[in-house]
Amino acid sequence: MELIFEKTRAGRRAVTLDALDVPDAPLPAQLLRREAAPLPEVSELDVVRHFTHLSQRNFGVDSHFYPLGSCTMKYNPKMAEAVAANAGFRDLHPHLSSSPAGYACCQGAFEVIYETERLLAEISGMRAVSLQPIAGAHGELTGVLLIAAYHRGKGNRKDTIIIPDSAHGTNPASAAIAGFKVVQVPSSPDGTIHLDSFRNVLNDSVAGVMLTCPNTHGLFEPEVRQIADLAHQADALLYYDGANLNAIIGQCRPADLGFDVMHFNLHKTFATPHGMGGPGSGPVGVGDKLAPYLPGPRVVKVDSANCSAGVPPANCGAGVPPANSGAGVSPANCGAGVPPANCGAGVSPANCGAGVSPAFYKLATPEKSIGRIAPFFGNFMIALRAYAYILALGGDGLREVSRHAVLNANYLLARLKAAYKPAFPSGSMHECVLTLSDFAAELDVHALDVAKALLDRGFHAPTIYFPLTVKESMMIEPTETESKQSLDAFAAAMLEIAELARQNPQALHEAPQHLPVGRLDEVKAARELNCAYI
Amino acid sequence: MPWIPTTADEQSEMLAALGAASIDDLFNTIPPELRLTEWNLPPGISEISVRARLDALAAKNCPGNVCFMGGGVYDHFIPAAVDALSSRSEFYTAYTPYQPEAAQGTLQSIYEYQSAIARLTSMEVANASLYDGGTAVFEAATMSSRLTKRFKVLCHPTLNPVYKRMLRTHTANLSFEILDVPAEGFEPQLDGAACLIVQNPSFHGDIADFSRAAEACHAAGALLVVSFYPVSLGLLKTPGEMGADIAIAEGQSLGMSPGFGGPYLGIMATRRKLIRKMPGRIVAQTQDKQGRRGFVLTLQAREQHIRRERAMSNICSNEALCALRALLYLCLLGKDGLRDVAEQCHAKAEYLKGLLRATPGIEVVNAGPTFNEFVVRLPGPADHAVADLLERGFLAGVPLAALGAGEPNDLLVAVTEKRTRAEIDAFATAIAARNCGHWGN
Amino acid sequence: MNPQHLKYTQNHEWIRDDGALFVVGITEYAAEQLGDITYIELPEVGLDVAQDDDVAAVESVKAASEVYAPVGGRVVEINERLLDQPEIVNKSPYEDGWFFKLEGVERAEFDSLMSAAEYEIYLKEQ
Repeated sequence: MELIFEKTRAGRRAVTLDALDVPDAPLPAQLLRREAAPLPEVSELDVVRHFTHLSQRNFGVDSHFYPLGSCTMKYNPKMAEAVAANAGFRDLHPHLSSSPAGYACCQGAFEVIYETERLLAEISGMRAVSLQPIAGAHGELTGVLLIAAYHRGKGNRKDTIIIPDSAHGTNPASAAIAGFKVVQVPSSPDGTIHLDSFRNVLNDSVAGVMLTCPNTHGLFEPEVRQIADLAHQADALLYYDGANLNAIIGQCRPADLGFDVMHFNLHKTFATPHGMGGPGSGPVGVGDKLAPYLPGPRVVKVDSANCSAGVPPANCGAGVPPANSGAGVSPANCGAGVPPANCGAGVSPANCGAGVSPAFYKLATPEKSIGRIAPFFGNFMIALRAYAYILALGGDGLREVSRHAVLNANYLLARLKAAYKPAFPSGSMHECVLTLSDFAAELDVHALDVAKALLDRGFHAPTIYFPLTVKESMMIEPTETESKQSLDAFAAAMLEIAELARQNPQALHEAPQHLPVGRLDEVKAARELNCAYI
Repeated sequence: MPWIPTTADEQSEMLAALGAASIDDLFNTIPPELRLTEWNLPPGISEISVRARLDALAAKNCPGNVCFMGGGVYDHFIPAAVDALSSRSEFYTAYTPYQPEAAQGTLQSIYEYQSAIARLTSMEVANASLYDGGTAVFEAATMSSRLTKRFKVLCHPTLNPVYKRMLRTHTANLSFEILDVPAEGFEPQLDGAACLIVQNPSFHGDIADFSRAAEACHAAGALLVVSFYPVSLGLLKTPGEMGADIAIAEGQSLGMSPGFGGPYLGIMATRRKLIRKMPGRIVAQTQDKQGRRGFVLTLQAREQHIRRERAMSNICSNEALCALRALLYLCLLGKDGLRDVAEQCHAKAEYLKGLLRATPGIEVVNAGPTFNEFVVRLPGPADHAVADLLERGFLAGVPLAALGAGEPNDLLVAVTEKRTRAEIDAFATAIAARNCGHWGN
Repeated sequence: MNPQHLKYTQNHEWIRDDGALFVVGITEYAAEQLGDITYIELPEVGLDVAQDDDVAAVESVKAASEVYAPVGGRVVEINERLLDQPEIVNKSPYEDGWFFKLEGVERAEFDSLMSAAEYEIYLKEQ
């Protein structure tokens, strides 16, 4: 397939603006670029065909079963897309929130933020949530910065974070980016962390511990509460990586397990689209210890503080004597005889009146806030989709999510056990981990080969070679949105591939054969580094 | 249950197949004392109700105002084809291209995006995206530090104050020194600095040429980081032409709606020789055994899933779908279209500037040339003006004092190609006609 | 298997006593673990290094590793061929694939490193 640049024909263009209806305004030559940017010169149809064809070279959840372990590739409800298409949200300028003058026009958005934060707090048991972090890893970084601020506030000098060897790479990366040293705690052969291993690495220099539960082996950490207690005794805080929340949502809550801080992945548990790798959203939730440090400003709810009974909106407007206006008074809120102190920028006349107590949202920054982690409120349009999802499912629905996520993963494991070896004997929750080390040793068939063979059969492969603690690992997370038929079809393909591995391993080495390209030369890519067509 | 297809019968069959009596048994690894007994969440509601509730909330956000508000987020024209193509579910329901053979749509579009950004900025390589323009400043600072092994970061007054705030928050626990330097005369402070971060056009809209700053930086062994406004590069001298080492930007102006703060697009581009220290995903061209061209993620050894605590960044999810929108926008506007948009933005802003300058009591603060944004000093508080003008259907601008970036009477006003002459005239008239507050009768 | 006349470190570097200079590279095991090497970063000539300083880097498609100085000394020569042809290390890790040469090395530091036999035992534990 050609690049869009290769379709350029000089003079072709897709978009033309209306003729300029104000005077031309040239700039001094030394401030200008030498030549126009060498962007494509193509027609709109060129662009549409090109990208339509490109899209047809992709597997997505809408077209393929996508059991990527640790990614929660559940179905993205179209209802959420419809909500996000609302111009009242989509076109809302965030700087309206930069001064109280604009708050009156942000009330719908503020309510979405407030409610989403409140619902996520309830789901997790945390005291407060901030939607500012822009992705899960950003949420991790925020959480670690909160831990750092807490210790600074107490005058502690703790410079280490404990992380299991099975952790997602973002955990140690986030800890390092936030200025901490990382100490690993090993998993035991049964795939969980044992108290003794943990005790060995816990000391006075430990600021925090990052865990997920269930962990990346798909297993609930049985000693999590005890680990939390030990950590707290050493004044270390416990961080929950929310990537696997889909397994336990409605069954137990991170705060109840002893976690002090966590992040959510809205693009995992809360069904917002993965978008080829983003945008996501990684809100952070905190307990009492860290609540004063949350990023700000935050949306807070105010009841009737700015209204005064008896102000008729009809008294505002032209003809109002200046004496009833004042610093901060918008003309629409002036009224004959109304003391200026009862009007204010941001108070809509509709909110005044006898007996009216509207909920009114404004912004406030926590006393010890670490500052800003995002330019505004994080990926608001993603949070909006998650809010719609939470409303649609409700408490009862969210409980069913984890029940069926766990049922589906265990059912699939039961079907696959005949031909594949589970990495751990029992306890899988919403994802199961297989080890193909026997296939590799006996048949020279690796997890990679099985993955490629699945692509040929119309399935996106599960996660392979993660977690690093399992050799030839394959991590399968079907999610609750897949039907039994979908799971059966996948199991059948996996069993057929296992058979083929014995009969004709070479066929697997050559997979995929039915896609636009076969296996690609990654070494050549890294050696030549052709990263731009310029 | 919405989006859970399993029927009661199927559930029984599945439980039988795995030898469990009930789904509850599958949760028996959770200690009973930790199980949730009740929570305060409302029951689920239908799609009809969800949409009705959210439509009502959307209506409360005063839709339909004419926008003269900028400050890093702009109301630009977005061609309909951008939405149409980026809403194809093969794009938006796909994930990170870890299986490249099943993701050539994703990978080729990222390669084309990287190419478009390199061409736009006159730089050599770009990454697949960062979160936004503010976190891009942080990533550029740490990248500069990795390259120079220095920990002093100089912030030029042109830089967006919100981004500076974000930089301080992100570096609070690192041994970085973040220094504000003056607009001129900062050369002595380059000594021992990892980088100087400038913005063009500035947050207040001023256009400058930072070529001399690049020379000064390089003489001191520091990097020049230029934060740019993508649409302005339809006209203005590029970071590459100025000698920048790292070019970063907020990409929202390339086809993303304001969306009350996100998702946006962090853009980063650099020189080839610095590519190994650049954060974020990078796509490279290669081929398969049959010689067919294909694209793969490359230099993954820099990233968190391989390098873990030694990674260049912790970034995992990025803004891929927004990068696609930016690519679509740049293709649809094209070489001539982007130049036209930039010219119209500038010309229309100059026109408004002229009208406001001619209004008694109103002053334009910027001394030199501006692109499409400038600061007006009003006779009274800028936030009052914003409140008043909202009621007349205008988003007047950003009151700078609220961001610590100006005087209480200073308003940052932006004009894009979307504004008609009639809208600009009406806006200028409305400002002039305000008759409440401190001025007018 | 691993050349007898070399000494080895726990981080899978080898070092050879050439008389006036000491030559450093990475072992066959390290090269195999990395897979096809795509990039090598070498120290600057003239750099003074201490034992265990990280002085070079190796990258493949699936991994990246630091290379540490097995002993202290001054870098006097680097194998520039590796910059354009990193694959030489995979083909010939002990001969053509040398990374850099040191002078001013402390005998005691060199002697404290593992012999080929000790390295073999160490590898079995990996």
